[in-house]
Amino acid sequence: MEVTINGERHGIDGPVSVHGLLRQLGLDARKIAVEHNLEIVPRSTYRDIAVKDGDRLEIVHFVGGG
Amino acid sequence: MNVQPDISEQGQDYFEIAGKRYQSRLIIGTGKYKDFEQNAAALVASGAEILTVAVRRVNVTDPNQPMLVDFIDPKKYTYLPNTAGCFTADDAVRTLRLAREAGGWELVKLEVLGDKKTLYPNMLETLSAARKLLHEGFQVMVYCNDDPIMAKELEDMGCCAIMPLAAPIGSGLGIQNPVNIRLIVEQTEVPVIVDAGVGTASDAAIAMELGCDGVLMNTAIAEAKDPEKMARAMKLAVEAGRLAYLAGRMAKKRYADPSSPLAGLI
Repeated sequence: MEVTINGERHGIDGPVSVHGLLRQLGLDARKIAVEHNLEIVPRSTYRDIAVKDGDRLEIVHFVGGG
Repeated sequence: MNVQPDISEQGQDYFEIAGKRYQSRLIIGTGKYKDFEQNAAALVASGAEILTVAVRRVNVTDPNQPMLVDFIDPKKYTYLPNTAGCFTADDAVRTLRLAREAGGWELVKLEVLGDKKTLYPNMLETLSAARKLLHEGFQVMVYCNDDPIMAKELEDMGCCAIMPLAAPIGSGLGIQNPVNIRLIVEQTEVPVIVDAGVGTASDAAIAMELGCDGVLMNTAIAEAKDPEKMARAMKLAVEAGRLAYLAGRMAKKRYADPSSPLAGLI
């Protein structure tokens, strides 16, 4: 299936939870935050939220800034 | 903050934001450094306990790139997520909701910009975003223009720190409107922190001598030829300015006043 992550289309293996998607991407869940179709995904629910074909995700972290 | 200086029973001066006490009145940004190592060294030299960070998309194609949190421990320092680059209240609120989830804390720095050239704040959007964030339980430190009326609105709304600009972000022009900064300090009961525009150590000292509770800066340190040395200069300047404010400066006079006694002259 295809999802949009940070504005770019990505082909991923599904069905998958947010937790599974982060694992596929190789991202450390402790250092990031996820928005799924404009809704914040609480870290405690990463295993419960299903990512579906066509979904839009934003995955962010802290970077240097003033 | 125009109240009696915060001197604890031990006679120690401390700085309190949103219920947490800090020793350092200097808040530094983490942008524009050559690398994370330089940033971490400047942080140590500055003595700062709070540092601002931005929220940005992760690089999904290279997840192993070093991250700021690998160099500066969020458990040791207070990370203050900002909304730099946001031009609408909605974008700012969305960014800080993500920041809260990434970090797990409520203390944030709100800035909603109005113009790319000056990076002046859009106060209408800032007020709207502050209202939403406070409603959602955030502790909001707010970047604003140096208008006492706007500062009062933000304080009455419940913002936990008022942060007027000294000069445009990244300009290094220093305190352009000391009269307004002083007016804001006099009327405000939460901490007032000069945010943006400081260029060198004397600018930071002036802000503190005006009675500000703290100074927030990024470029003045990051773009100095030796950021680590400038970080230390800023630490000393903030401390010197604070002490001068607490000491109470002498009155200005129109003419000379000799320091040596006139009696006993030969």
